Order: sequence, then C-alpha cells, then structure tokens
Amino acid sequence: MAPVLELRNITKRFPGVLANDRISLTLEQNEIHALLGENGAGKSTLMNILYGLYQPDEGEIIVRGRPIKIHSPSDAIRAGIGMVHQHFMLVPVLTVAENVMLGDEMLTAGVFLDRRGAAQRIRDLSKQYGLEVDPDAYVKDLPVGVQQRVEIIKLLFRNADILILDEPTAVLTPQEVNDLFKVIRSLVDQGKSLIFITHKLKEVLATADRITVLRAGRVVGSTTPAQTTEASLAAMMVGREVSLEVEKARAKPGEVVLSLEHLEVLDDRLNVAVDDVTLEVRAGEILGVAGVQGNGQTELVEVITGLRRPVSGSIHILGHDVTGASPRRITELGVAHVPEDRQRDGLVLSYPVADNIALQEYYKPPFAKGVVIDEQAIQKEAARLVQQFDVRTPSVQTPAAALSGGNQQKVIVARELSRPVKLLVASQPTRGLDVGSIEYIHQQIVRKRDEGAAVLLISSELDEILALSDRIAVMYRGRVVAVVDAETATKEYLGLLMAGADPATTPAPERRQRVEVVT
Amino acid sequence: MAESVLREVIPPVTEARHRSLWQRAWEAIQLPALALLTAFLVGGFIIALSDFKVLEALADTTSRLNAIGYILLVMTVAVLVGGTAFSRRPEIILSRLRFVGNVGQARWFGVVSAVLTIGAVIGLLVVIGFGPVLWLAWNAVTSAYGALLEGSLGNPLQIVAALSSGDARAIGLAFYPISESLVASTPYIFAGLAVALGFRCGLFNIGAEGQLFIGALTSVFVGYAITGLPAVVHIPLALGAGALGGAIWGLVPGLLKARVGAHEVINTIMMNYIAFRLSEWLLNGPMKRPGAVPVSPFIAESAQLPRLFPDPIRFHLGFFIALGVAAFIWWFLFKSRWGFEIRTVGANPNAARYAGMNIAFNIILAMCMSGALAGLAGANEVLGVNYNLANAFSSGYGFDSIALALLGRSHPLGVVLAGLLFGTLRSGGTRMQNVAQIPIDIIIVIQALVIAFMAAPAIIRAIYRIVKPGEGEVVFTRGWGR
Ligand SMILES: Nc1ncnc2c1ncn2[C@@H]1O[C@H](COP(=O)(O)OP(=O)(O)OP(=O)(O)O)[C@@H](O)[C@H]1O
Ligand SMILES: [Mg+2]
Repeated sequence: MAPVLELRNITKRFPGVLANDRISLTLEQNEIHALLGENGAGKSTLMNILYGLYQPDEGEIIVRGRPIKIHSPSDAIRAGIGMVHQHFMLVPVLTVAENVMLGDEMLTAGVFLDRRGAAQRIRDLSKQYGLEVDPDAYVKDLPVGVQQRVEIIKLLFRNADILILDEPTAVLTPQEVNDLFKVIRSLVDQGKSLIFITHKLKEVLATADRITVLRAGRVVGSTTPAQTTEASLAAMMVGREVSLEVEKARAKPGEVVLSLEHLEVLDDRLNVAVDDVTLEVRAGEILGVAGVQGNGQTELVEVITGLRRPVSGSIHILGHDVTGASPRRITELGVAHVPEDRQRDGLVLSYPVADNIALQEYYKPPFAKGVVIDEQAIQKEAARLVQQFDVRTPSVQTPAAALSGGNQQKVIVARELSRPVKLLVASQPTRGLDVGSIEYIHQQIVRKRDEGAAVLLISSELDEILALSDRIAVMYRGRVVAVVDAETATKEYLGLLMAGADPATTPAPERRQRVEVVT
Repeated sequence: MAESVLREVIPPVTEARHRSLWQRAWEAIQLPALALLTAFLVGGFIIALSDFKVLEALADTTSRLNAIGYILLVMTVAVLVGGTAFSRRPEIILSRLRFVGNVGQARWFGVVSAVLTIGAVIGLLVVIGFGPVLWLAWNAVTSAYGALLEGSLGNPLQIVAALSSGDARAIGLAFYPISESLVASTPYIFAGLAVALGFRCGLFNIGAEGQLFIGALTSVFVGYAITGLPAVVHIPLALGAGALGGAIWGLVPGLLKARVGAHEVINTIMMNYIAFRLSEWLLNGPMKRPGAVPVSPFIAESAQLPRLFPDPIRFHLGFFIALGVAAFIWWFLFKSRWGFEIRTVGANPNAARYAGMNIAFNIILAMCMSGALAGLAGANEVLGVNYNLANAFSSGYGFDSIALALLGRSHPLGVVLAGLLFGTLRSGGTRMQNVAQIPIDIIIVIQALVIAFMAAPAIIRAIYRIVKPGEGEVVFTRGWGR
C-alpha cells in the first residue's frame, strides 16, 4: 500500500539558515513515526511546512499518492493533516468546546453557534479515543496535560487522520505522558497515522514504530526501536557520544544561602498554593524539588524570586530579609532565575538574541555606560555566550522568536548562568533541550554548585531531579512532605510521596549503589 | 545497526546574510508606501464617482446601451473577475490545469496578467462606448490630485521662473506652498512622536488632542502673561510650559493605569473632554482678551518662535525643534537605558517584571513623555503660527497623529516622514478644494484608508502578494498553554 504521506526533497531556507536541506520522509498507514534531532535541526520547520505555515523553497508533498500544495493550515486540514504545536494555541478565556469549534464552527440555522452539538461531538470523540475532557470547562482552568488533549480533539474534530505532535511530552508529568501514549496507541489502532517530535529517547524507544533523525537540516538516519539503543540514538542526533549520566562529586554544603520559614503563598485564584513551607538551601548543594506539576512549585519559585508576595512567612537570602522584596533587589543579591515559562517570562521574543542576553543587566556596566546602552558590548558578550552555550542562531541580531524552542531556552540559561551567582533558581532548566544540550547544562549547574552556589532545582523530570540533586524535597498540595537524601531516594519511593503517600508509613528504600567520582 | 545509516553531515551554510541598509529600509517602507498608494487609488475612485459630470455621462451612456453593449459589458466583468483571480493566485490555477509542473515563475504570470487585465478591461469599455466617461473620470482625478500636489509642493514651472527672475517676492510666492506644508507638518511630528512613544510602551494614548490643548493653553499663558524677558529665555520657558501642561494631562491616565489598572484608552478620552471644556471656560473667562470673541491675548513678541523668511512665508523655528526632538526620542528609545525599559514593558510586561523593571514607573514615565510631546505640538502652534489661542483652535492634529504613528510604525524617523506626508496632504487639500472643487473630506477619507490598511497589513500583503519578511509565526504565541 502507498504511504499516507510522503515528503520529497523538502528544502527551506531562512535568512542565514538552511533549516531543511532536501529532507525526504514517509509515513505509513497506522504508523507512529518519531522525529528526532538536535535543537534547531529543523524538525518544527518541517512540520510547519507540512501544516502550511511555511512554504517550502523546494520539494514535494504527496498525500495518499497525490502531490498537493499546502498554502495554509486550512489546505492542510482539508488534506487530513492536523498539528499540535510546540507552544499551544488555545484561547484561555474560551471553553473547551469553543476552542475546538474555533475556525470550524458548527452552526444551527446557519447563524447560531451549535455549542450543544459540538459538545456532544467532543464527548463522542473523547469516548472513542480515551481522551477525557469536559467540553464546558474553561481552558485557563485546565492543567497542561488536559489542554493538550483539547488540542488533539481539535484535530480529530476536523477529521484529521495524519496527526503531528511537536514535542508533546515536554510539558507533561510522567502520569500525563503515560496517558498520552495510551491515547496515541488508540488513535493509531483506529486508523490514524502520527508523527511526533521529542527529545526523550526512552519515549521514542517505547512507542515509535519508526525513527528518523535530523541533524543540521538533513536526514542523518532512519531506524526502528528494535535496531537501536538510547546511546546510539543520542550519538546519531548529536554526532558524538553523549554521557547520559551526570558525573558529580559529593556535595560540600556550606553556609545557608536561602532559607524559607513557614511560607504561605496564594495562587492567582487565591487558593493556598504554598502551605507552611520551611526549607534551607546551602552553598555548594543542589536541592531538587520533586512533585507533580501544579503542587505549588510555580508559586514557590515566584515568591523566592520576588514575582509574587507571600501571605505570611519569611524568606532570607544570605541573611538578608527579602520577604516581598522586588525582583531587582533579589537579582542584585546574586540570584539567577531560569523561569518555567520561557516565552512568557524569560524572553522578549521580538528582541534580538543580544538584547535578550542583556535583559537582566542592561543597566549596569559593561552593558550600559551611564544611561547609554553600549550595543557593542552587548553584542560582544552575546556572541561569546552564543558560542559557549552552542546557541544555534544565524547571528546575535536575529530575533529570539526565530530561534527554535530549544535554542530559546539556551539563551535564557546562558544569560542566567553567565553571571556570578550565589543562588540559582532553575525551573525546568532543560525543558525542550536535546540530549547534548542537557548534558552541557547539567554540567554547568553542577559546576555552579562546585563553585559555591546554592541551587534550587525544580523539575517535573524525576530523572533530572535524581541525577542532579544532593537533597530532594517532595511537594504535594503545597506542602513539602519530605526532604530526602538523594542517595537514598529511588524513583518509586519519590513517586509514592509525590502521589500523596504518607512518608511516615512509606518504607524508605535501601541505600542506592552509586558511583562516586572523587575530584 | 543504527550507526550504519549514519551519514557524514555537511554543515549547512550559516553565513549570516546581513541585509544591506537599503534592503532594510525598503522592507520597512514598502507596506506604508503600498498602503498609501492603495489609499490614493481608492480615493481616486471616490473622486471619480462623486464627480457630477462623470455620473451624468455614465447615466447617459448606460441609457444608450444596446443588446451587444450589454453582452460586452458582461464580458468585461468576466474578464475583470477572471483576470484578477488569475493574477492573484496564478500558481493554483496553473497547477489545477496541470499546465506547468514548476510554478516558480508564477509571480511574473501574476504581474503580466494583471497588466493585461487592466488593459483589456479599459479597451472593452472604450469599445462599448464608455470612452468619454473614462476620460471625464481621468480628468477629474488628475485635476484633483494635480491641485493637491500644486497646493502642497508648489508649481515647478513657477519655481523655476521665480528662481531665474531673482525676484525675492516671486521666489517667496513660489515656495509658499511647500513652506506651508512644512508648517502644517510640524505639529504632526510632535503629536505623532507622542502617540508613537506611547505605542512603544504598549499604551494607546488617544489623549494627544487634549494634551495638545492643555499645552497650547499653558504656553500661551506664559507667552502673554510674562513680559520683558529676552527671547532666548521666553521661548524655552513658553515651550517648557506647553510640555509641562501636556505632561500633567498624560500623568493622570498614566497614574490611573499604573496604580489601579484603569485602561488608558478610556481615561485619555475622558481627559480630552476635560481639556476641551476647560479651555472653553478659560477662553471665555480668565484668559479672555477684551472683545466679543473668546480668544486669548496675543503673546509677547519675545515668546514668538522666529520666522525664518519674510512674509508671507510662515515657516518658523518650530520645524527644526521638531526634528531635534525626534532625534532625541530616537536616542531615548533605542540608545538609552530608559528607552530599553519602556520598550521591554511594551513588548512583554511579564519579562520586564522578571528582569526587575518597574512597570508602574515606566508606564507613568511613558505617559508623561507622551503628554509632553503632544503639549509641545500645541505650544508650537500658538508660539509659531497663531500667536494666540482661539476657541476654534481644535485642529484634529492629536487625533490624526494616531494614524500617523501607525503609518510611521512608531519609529521617530517614520513619524517624521509620515508627519511630512500628513502636513503635505493637509495643506494641499485646501487648494484642491478651491481649484478642483473636491471637498477636503477626501483627504480625511484617504487618511482613514491609510489607517485601515496599516492596521490590517494582511490586506496589503494579500493585494500585492508580499511574502512576510522572515515569514515567521504570525503571532508571537505565549508558551506552554498558560
Ligand atoms: N521564523 C523563522 N525565521 C528565521 N529562522 C527560523 C525561523 N524558524 C526557525 N528558524 C531557524 O531554523 C532552524 C530550525 O528551527 P526549528 O524550529 O525547525 O528547529 P527544531 O528542530 O524544531 O528545534 P527544537 O528542538 O529546539 O525545537 C533554526 O536554526 C532556527 O533558528
Ligand atoms: Mg521545535
């Protein structure tokens, strides 16, 4: 049988970048096809071409044996192609049903929105594919995992049978990832075909039928999970051996850098988000905060970095009381912050990379002389960091919006880690990064620790928490339910605590065997 | 094994192609230029269709059409529709016809077929008998736009003749139109800068008109109430008073926005009304010059912005002050720390907060500066042109400047260019009204069309099939579905 989709020699140039270089790819009926590649390899670009958001400079797209031109997403939808973007595209103040109908409105009597009919259709689709959502809920009230289901339902609503998911698992909790893969299975079993992009090799090996690897805009290989391993996939992506383990010496904790006492914080809807949290992070150690997303980690980070005010309790950084202090004051004490939501808080997308590099220190020498911004100095520093952190960008003048998702993240990490830091608050620091970059950034975080910085690491990746942390605090419903020594922690044990098990009655695991690297 | 399929990768060409200055300038200017062109084309249609003689001839010709004429007319419409469709998306139609495989040349098909379509339609209309109508319409449009040009830039023949005669008075008269355009441009530049600065901070300052009024009031007051100062002191003082008055009028909505989140659009509109009524009262009461009309006393001579040429040319120092202020605003926005903050607050307030910027302060600062610039526009009018303030001073400069800032893309250089354009249109429009009997409202229509096209650039891109530079994501979406 002919493949459902065939891309032939797709080439796409952006100013200064060859984003796709004669890429050919086929997608068979009922296939789960994983697309892998470094940050900036051209994965999103290729998929955006398929979805009609970009026009290829050269090449052909063949759907079910017929060559077609895709000028816009509506052409793509007509050809049965649907896409969920790396950054979601939902309207938060509308309900699920309204979001799903957007652009494909069901009408009664030709003019009125048929909300009821749409809701019914959404319920049917939910049942058919195991995608639980409430059509009447407002999108802004939904956790990310459910928002993603809404995005998928949007595609099914439009009868797409070729589905593209761009980094669908980057923002999901492990539980949500499992649910997503169940949904994906049921989609494929019922006749859909699917391409998904990810940086998580384990997921690829567990779910994909076929794997295509891109590097620098080209296809460098194609394989199946049975024929390959995590390590060889990593090597294929990056072009060198990647160490998937973090090497680090035992921590030598020093003075207390961050201390939180009986902190209570409300979220935007005035519910208690952080509930009586008392914690300490010392110089030279990494404290990991584990927890299912939405258990108060976001608010905890915001309150420490001055973006939110606590209701009660106190925050001290290096002995200074910074409870309710401004972000500027906190930054000036030597706090670096890698924010959870890079496009919302961490970057000005319309600014060039260079200005984003200067975003925190634009008012100080060498970036400013008096009131005058020194563009030369900013560009020089930006060029240095772009080089050091391997940010793939045509130039430091390129707007951040034109960078691939992972490279946007690297710009933030480069900015935050390049300063003399006493306390690093890193929220999902490697979200959306490829294995090579993760390796590098993990090394940098450990180096900051070894230089004497205190590190507060928030991550929904248990692997990341386990690999980096010296101590692990588990958050559940706004409380720190336990602080455990990273050496004695296991994934299973943390998983139980994160799900709300009582630490007093949950048996702690045996001491883990651990390779000590003595430096 | 996976490694066996691993091929050697040649790094792609990543030499940063730095586009030349001209290319960048063209990219920045092409949308406004095309918007303007389109607005003039549509304006031309309106002029032709509102011309009495054209309408009469049209009715006359139509009534004499026979059956063949009607058939040809239908054909003409078909040619128009078909030709337009083809020139819009030739590649679709060509690929449907499976006529050519590679439609890389489609753009040329489009341009050529557009030209052919226009030619064919005109030819057919002439054959049917619409020739005289077309000719009348052509005359109406050219005489209107001709008068517009002559009224704003002057008559080239007259200029040459005056220059060769060497007669100072003749030269003055020949350059009078162009000098009037510059005089009209000056307040536009100030007010346009005001709105543009607000835009850069994400603020929609609808209140430029009111701020301009207050600026005029305060500067005229300083101009007539204080006497005996030398001009070098009095002029800056009066200008400063105008800026201060405007700044205070901008401060109020700025404070309300920063402190309680009240939307600046509503509050600046409210402040406009307060300004209008306030000036009405002042001019009828405390500031009234003895006499029947509500008008302020004349300002002292020492407060007048010096005129640079003999009468009747009113061109005065204000124009150069406007250019200087534009240069300063450019420096402020793009080279100074303060401007960086204001722009960041405008581009992404969340990131500005994250980076430790004081959002409330920046909003207040931007509103004050915006108000001060609008106030300067008012001060410039009373100190440079009118020398007093009349109740009917309402010029619409403040409202027009919103369109102007959009057209100038909120960039000081763009604002200067757009200000020159608007000033030219305004002073040329008067002559157009006198000579060609075209109501000056057509200028307002053209300005309105320019705003519409600038506010929806997708229309212009679609009409002229311009690919977006960089072809990036249409909106900068905010991430992770939050
Ligand atoms: N709109 C754009 N304008 C200019 N360059 C772009 C644009 N979009 C992408 N690029 C460039 O094209 C290249 C490929 O980007 P793409 O987003 O496809 O990468 P990706 O493989 O999805 O990476 P990631 O894993 O980080 O998301 C990058 O070098 C990027 O800078
Ligand atoms: Mg991507």
